Amino acid sequence: MKWDKISQIADNVVSGKTSATELVTKSLNLLKDAKEYNSVIASLEESALKRAKEIDDKIANKEHVGRLAGVPFIAKDNFLVFGADTTAASNILKGFEAPYQATVINKLETEGAICIAKANLDAFGHGGSTENSDFGPSLNPVDKSKVPGGSSGGSAVAVVLDIVPFALGTDTGGSSRQPASFSGCVGYKPSYGLMSRSGIVAMASSTDTVGLLTKSSEDLALLLEIMSGKDPLDSTTIEPQDNYSEVKPVDVSKLKIGVIKQYMSSGVADNVRSAIEQSLANLKKLGATVEEVGMPSLDYSVPAYYIIVPAEISSNLSRYDGQRFGYSSQSAENLDSSYISSRSDGFGKEPTRRILIGTYVLTSGYYEAYYRKAQLARTKIINQFNDAFNTYDFLIGPTAPTTAFKFGDKTDPLQMYLADSLTVGSSLAGIPAISLPLIDKPSPDNMPVGLQIMSRQNQDKQLIQFAEQIEKEIQI
Amino acid sequence: MINKQIIDQYSVAIGIECHVQLKTVSKLFAAVDNDARDAEPNSLISHICFGLPGALPVLNEKAIELACRASFALNTKPAKFSTFDRKHYFYPDLPMGYQITQFYNPIIIGGSVEIITEKGPKKIGITRAHLEADAGKSSHPSGADYSLVDLNRAGTPLLEIVSEPDITSPTEARQYAHELFLLMKYAGVSDADLYHGNMRFDVNVSVSKTDELGTRTETKNLNSFRSVEKAAQYEINRQIELLEKGQAIDQETRGWDEAKQKTTSQRGKEHAHDYRYMPDPDIPPVELDQTFVKQIEDTMPLLPGQWRQFLDSIQLDQSQIEILLESEVLSENYSYLELLSNNKAESKLVKQIANWMVNVEIPLRRDNDSELQDDLTARNTIYRTTAELYNSKKLSSSNAKLLLTELLSNSNGLVENIEKYAEEQGLLQLSDDNQIKTIVDNVIAQNPQAVADVKAGEQKAIGFLVGQVMKESKGQANPSVAKELLNESLGL
Repeated sequence: MKWDKISQIADNVVSGKTSATELVTKSLNLLKDAKEYNSVIASLEESALKRAKEIDDKIANKEHVGRLAGVPFIAKDNFLVFGADTTAASNILKGFEAPYQATVINKLETEGAICIAKANLDAFGHGGSTENSDFGPSLNPVDKSKVPGGSSGGSAVAVVLDIVPFALGTDTGGSSRQPASFSGCVGYKPSYGLMSRSGIVAMASSTDTVGLLTKSSEDLALLLEIMSGKDPLDSTTIEPQDNYSEVKPVDVSKLKIGVIKQYMSSGVADNVRSAIEQSLANLKKLGATVEEVGMPSLDYSVPAYYIIVPAEISSNLSRYDGQRFGYSSQSAENLDSSYISSRSDGFGKEPTRRILIGTYVLTSGYYEAYYRKAQLARTKIINQFNDAFNTYDFLIGPTAPTTAFKFGDKTDPLQMYLADSLTVGSSLAGIPAISLPLIDKPSPDNMPVGLQIMSRQNQDKQLIQFAEQIEKEIQI
Repeated sequence: MINKQIIDQYSVAIGIECHVQLKTVSKLFAAVDNDARDAEPNSLISHICFGLPGALPVLNEKAIELACRASFALNTKPAKFSTFDRKHYFYPDLPMGYQITQFYNPIIIGGSVEIITEKGPKKIGITRAHLEADAGKSSHPSGADYSLVDLNRAGTPLLEIVSEPDITSPTEARQYAHELFLLMKYAGVSDADLYHGNMRFDVNVSVSKTDELGTRTETKNLNSFRSVEKAAQYEINRQIELLEKGQAIDQETRGWDEAKQKTTSQRGKEHAHDYRYMPDPDIPPVELDQTFVKQIEDTMPLLPGQWRQFLDSIQLDQSQIEILLESEVLSENYSYLELLSNNKAESKLVKQIANWMVNVEIPLRRDNDSELQDDLTARNTIYRTTAELYNSKKLSSSNAKLLLTELLSNSNGLVENIEKYAEEQGLLQLSDDNQIKTIVDNVIAQNPQAVADVKAGEQKAIGFLVGQVMKESKGQANPSVAKELLNESLGL
């Protein structure tokens, strides 16, 4: 069965049409039924039912329960949440129980939302298919022989399968948008700093954001209103805009939309390009000015991203050393061998590869040659986005160059990295981006395609309102 | 031992890195108590100090303020723009696997510290000073097959002050270290408690017969001014000896063995770490608001150099000045300099008080600090009243000191009527001519032989008569007044 809009679900709980316990039980049952998709690593059955009862009791006592009363959700397993281990899908964190919760989890709980499970991911967020999970991959909800995308694959699967009305992902270089595109739901990466990173297992601090996977843009708006804001525990958080969930129709005929030339080039599969072109034609029909815009700096986004991000990864993963928490090698005979075996055994192939790349580019002598140059390229990319937004209200392109691929198709890590080619640019620039599922399914393989829309930094509200308008006028 | 002639052929260059622990209430990047002195191991830690997944550092603004104060103490201004970087290495007392420091853009660039050498004042250049978070503490119980880690200190804010190699002798090295101590203390940057490791010095020493600097060694973690001087001296001698034997100096890290009074090799250059410095993406750059900086500059307390000028202007000698400056920092509860400063309009009085401070109060506090009068107003009254009694000759010099000792030792009260108290204690001397005249007349009457001797020109006899007057007055007569009256009565 389909879920109502999130605000409607909460209203139904508060008005007694349904109960938190009923909703949580329903989600948990759906999760069990969908076990073969391996969308989650751990269920929070016990704590979720307990919280549901608390909320139902509050409602019975006519106490305030918040705007997400009884709404079940799933959090990617790199969010620190009470009630189950937080593993980030890596063996090195197996058995780690969070002693504190992520700020955004606390914010959702304050409004009455209930986390029912921890979603599968590529370990530490490293990947675009969930094949790098130490807990096995998740399956694409449309075609089980294909990947669901990643790294927030489990979260996307859970939303597309209607297990929960929304799921939390993270997006460092496309990790929420790309699985949304592959699996067929809305995937959103906010402006950098709009939602707190505190209590989320860090991948690359300068591009890490919370990601949201939902059924609609309207749901996004409500969640953003609740989850955004400056956090004293994260000094990179920014002041949000007001009133994200304000309903305001957008006059599409007044919009200037830039189609990024580099995002419609030969690297993009025909079926994806034609799906996007169809949407662009629809936008034109509504009166929007749609023009091609060349952004040559974006050619450097993948190389720059795969220097900066591994550098930060190598640094952020230093704390997993087997000395204080998580996996610790029992065969080690001294400190050095404890470090070496704990990390060698605990980290999978892809985290190890990224640690090595990152360590290399930060090594004295290579720092200037790689890291510094990548940062310069990043500045050029930011400037190019700013220039483009001086002309265009929104920039558009596909979310991913292909539709979901088959398991094992991309064994070469470089091929896998190119799957991020259309999402890493906005991550480096820190601007908001959304992936909308094109539900008219024009692609011959019948797989979902995502339309990516980007807006200026901290104009998430305008972006989401435009996305809502598209959902109304084009998709539905 | 090498003879002095050979030593004199070498020039010495010493640079000092000093880690100063800032006196913030909480740690540099976590809202956790920064004072670990009496705390149980690992009781002052949070998810940030422990390096848990998802923990993010949040900069303590107080540390920035203290760094700004330090910059003014170092005779410069804070950098308008500074950033934090990560310095990577693996060790159990470094939970995140990196130390947060300021490698690329430190908060202080340039500056100087003036020391007073035998040849007069000398400026030691400051290269830079940067903020960083301290590591935890590892201990290795002897015989045990484990080590212990205490993370209470992990994240304590440090300011690392790096000098130019402008220091040219072990004495200067000690003076520089000591002057830094005074500066940090006066500027309110640090408690500068060396016993608790609030200041740690790394001394870089090289010697050379040419204009070029020689290969340097770094002796790390010195925690006293004496060990700074001794380690520098030891390294100079060791390096010259090696060079004279035709051997090369290894660029290396050395440690100071306090028991054996020598430096020992700890880590060679070949083991030098590649720290893979990287800008810390969790901490936005610090862009200082210039109004904030101005406010700090305007509220800076007087620094040792300024106090020296003042104390010099009231004609105290060098050693008294240094004693006062040093004593000032020993307690937070009382101040010598403020009291002197409050009386600076009366230069004769203030000099008298300063003398008493050096000769009475400071030695007194050395023995029993806790029970003494700390209140500034009370001490001011004590000093001023004693000075008045002394200047009006009601107190002898030695009784003035006795009275001060009594009054300062009594922490509660005794400032209401000091003169009455002095009288009760029999400390006042008789300066009333009439009273002394009566005694003088008695003494003359009772000592005809001595009177005759005086009249015959025997000067010694007048001393005897003065002594008799003092005896009769039970020591309370002012001896000079007594002598004057005796002479007058005897018609001399």
